[in-house]
Amino acid sequence: MPRIEVDVNRCKACYLCVNACPKKCLGKSATISKKGYFPAEMQRPQDCIGCTMCYMMCPDVAITVIKE
Amino acid sequence: MTILAKKPQSLTDIPMHYCPGCGHGIVHRLMAEAFDELKIADRVIGVAPVGCAVFADDYFACDMVQGAHGRGPAIATGIKRSKPQAVVFSYQGDGDLASIGMAEIVHAAVRSENITVIFINNAIYGMTGGQMAPTTLVGQVATTAPKGRDPKLQGWPINMCEMLSQITGAKYLERVAVDTPQHVMAAKKAIKKAFENQVKGVGFSMVEVLSQCPTNWHASVDQALEFVRTQMMPQYPLGVFKNEEAK
Repeated sequence: MPRIEVDVNRCKACYLCVNACPKKCLGKSATISKKGYFPAEMQRPQDCIGCTMCYMMCPDVAITVIKE
Repeated sequence: MTILAKKPQSLTDIPMHYCPGCGHGIVHRLMAEAFDELKIADRVIGVAPVGCAVFADDYFACDMVQGAHGRGPAIATGIKRSKPQAVVFSYQGDGDLASIGMAEIVHAAVRSENITVIFINNAIYGMTGGQMAPTTLVGQVATTAPKGRDPKLQGWPINMCEMLSQITGAKYLERVAVDTPQHVMAAKKAIKKAFENQVKGVGFSMVEVLSQCPTNWHASVDQALEFVRTQMMPQYPLGVFKNEEAK
């Protein structure tokens, strides 16, 4: 099953990935990061299809897409 | 476990300083992916501009020079002529390339220097705080055009790809955008082709990227993407303006 990892030290909470996800799996984290942002996070991992669109739109290259 | 997508090797681990939602990071990543895929990472030399991307040397894991404002193509010419085996690129914004650097870019194209130019068009001066650029749209508000750009006072925006396509020496010109995943994929193809051309010795290649600047457009990231689609694309149509293979 595909999953994503968001590097919270790079994410600047622009949420381009949230809008790009065709399955609407991503959302805003409730935890504040060291940089002072609410980073993007995977909220519905069961729906992820590993299309890498979140990675493609991320301007901070904070997302890694992994297929188990 | 397979990694479907991760940060390319040609980018360093330093987090980028760009504002949230800025298109620069996407373009940096596309270029780094092109270096990795073409296996040219060890011989790339880049020229960083004056502008938001002035610290690009921190982010690319290749040799970099930082040039004077607008002089990227001239510096890249010198590097390429003294080190013909190197793959040389100049990374420039619209204030840098279309304003103070107009002479350099035009003459680099006239001489058909075998370099790759990546031109980021966000219709505003980003780093200095949102002044009017040569590419600012008619009616667009900037700090030096507070009532919006008025053609009677400040003239019309300049279309670099269309202008350079008149020059025989320009061999590859394409305009792309980074507002949707589809456009990012097309942008990746264009950037990769621009570097491939240089490896093949085709001549002057330039890719113009329409990029969003949420901070200086005073817009949310969503509004900025909408601005790219509804305002910029009619003025700056996407597409290939010139594509000449080596003869």
